[in-house]
Amino acid sequence: MKKWQELLISLTGITILYILISMLLKFGVLNNYNRGIMVLIGINIIAAASLNFATGILGQLALGHAGFMAIGAYSAAIFSKAVGDAGMPDVVVLIIALCIAGTMAAIFGIAIGIPALRLRGDYLGIVTLGFGEIIRISIYNIKAIGGARPVLGIPNLIGFTEIFFLVVIVLMALFLMIRSRHGRAILSIRENEIAAEAVGIPTTFYKIFGFATSAFFAGIAGGALAFNQRMIDPRKFTFMFSVEIFIIVVLGGMGSLTGTVVAAVVLGILNEWLHFIDQYRLVIYALLLVVMMIVRPSGLFGTREFSLVGLIKKVIRFTKSNKNVE
Amino acid sequence: MALLETNNLGITFGGLRAVGNFDISIGEHELVGLIGPNGAGKTTIFNLLTGVYLPTEGDILVDGKSVVGLKPYQIVTRGLSRTFQNIRLFKDLTVIDNVKIAFHQQMKYGIFNTLFRFPGTRFWKEEAEIDIKARELLKIFNMEESADKLSKNLPYGQQRKLEIARALATNPKLVLLDEPAAGMNPQETKELMDTIRFIREKFDVSILLIEHDMSLVMGICERIVVIDYGMIIAKGTPEEIKNNPKVIGAYLGA
Repeated sequence: MKKWQELLISLTGITILYILISMLLKFGVLNNYNRGIMVLIGINIIAAASLNFATGILGQLALGHAGFMAIGAYSAAIFSKAVGDAGMPDVVVLIIALCIAGTMAAIFGIAIGIPALRLRGDYLGIVTLGFGEIIRISIYNIKAIGGARPVLGIPNLIGFTEIFFLVVIVLMALFLMIRSRHGRAILSIRENEIAAEAVGIPTTFYKIFGFATSAFFAGIAGGALAFNQRMIDPRKFTFMFSVEIFIIVVLGGMGSLTGTVVAAVVLGILNEWLHFIDQYRLVIYALLLVVMMIVRPSGLFGTREFSLVGLIKKVIRFTKSNKNVE
Repeated sequence: MALLETNNLGITFGGLRAVGNFDISIGEHELVGLIGPNGAGKTTIFNLLTGVYLPTEGDILVDGKSVVGLKPYQIVTRGLSRTFQNIRLFKDLTVIDNVKIAFHQQMKYGIFNTLFRFPGTRFWKEEAEIDIKARELLKIFNMEESADKLSKNLPYGQQRKLEIARALATNPKLVLLDEPAAGMNPQETKELMDTIRFIREKFDVSILLIEHDMSLVMGICERIVVIDYGMIIAKGTPEEIKNNPKVIGAYLGA
């Protein structure tokens, strides 16, 4: 199959999925409440995919993504409130705000990454966790952005359509990145840092680059969250929030972006079903993780990716081999 | 001018002088062996040459220019490439990706081209070029059929070969092989000797190799350097080394 044919198949799949869900929403099979859940799932997908890029692809354990999301959320909120009455179309405000959110988070990602990425494994996890907390507590103490009081009156700019295409764009950008010389360099660091350096990969640069990319998309997820919730509160971006995102990554499989998508959807729906036993929800989460670690220690997908094109190729091959048997 | 030259190279870890007064000169197209008892400092010398360790004394010249203080990935661009004693492949990546990663320095397209892959841009051109080059390289090592396998699933001998192929992909002038025959049976060692001779002719490279297998060292090396306790105790042709009383002493403990 040619490259453009593969692209066409993927785009068709995405369009069909979009039309299907829009139809379900339009004819009332899914109500507004479901719509809200889908937007939240979309935000979780972006956040978890960005964390997976740092943890599963680059191989550097990061536990402070709530901090980057907080930076993104505040940047987007402050920008949109500042230009609120300037009369720009909503989509333009949304795009600019998310770009600012991502860029601000990436700048912090670089600033934190340069010292922190000298560490490895658990140590890096602890340091990023610490930086995440530092960001949150700093926000508490900056009066100019509201301090401990929540920021209110953020315009609602994110609906189902916006989040759907945002998720598609973010995942596409990450996939394109992974399947290039830059992505191979990043993967080689995960696999064996010493060997990577020995074949000419500037590992320090790519570690910081990969970490900043991850922070960039986490910032976008934070911005989207701000527009969805219409208020942001520093209390939201605690360590537990980072852990929730981390659980999605672990469940889906470190190194598999499609696994992350599936895990985010499954956990999002599970979360709703479990509302009736509210306070025991986290117990079930924990049980789920324990069972998962016993049955499939590398997550739902491991490092494999689901691919529509790959599936179609398999079906074609299967039917062909069946014909040959006849 | 020699391709690689070291002057009085040495490194001290705390109070331990692991390598000292190490002088070696390797010309173009030469095949030199580095031998010595366990713990003599052979791999330490490789780590010094490739920039993993910073020497505490002396100088390393590649093509007459000092490479001391450069990062390992910068030394690769000067034409030094290496393999590892304990194989260090990118285990969970495919064989072809292992080789492609080593072409990184020879590719130039940036992030913009990565994200916006319009037809006919640099991205497609360079990727297509590297795909052909990588497959050719695998073909030389008779591994083109394993291109899409994960490298951890290769048999041991092929993993060693893949590491050599990956080292060659960086377009080196001097290849450093750290115990390439470790864990191989006599038959595989024999094949490896042919491979080493072959890559020297085909890629026109010099080779410096560490090896414990004397049949291999004596069989293919033109010159041999023997070290013990971090110091050179003998240099010469295989014949000279075989009969050198100091070498025999170092190995047999006389």
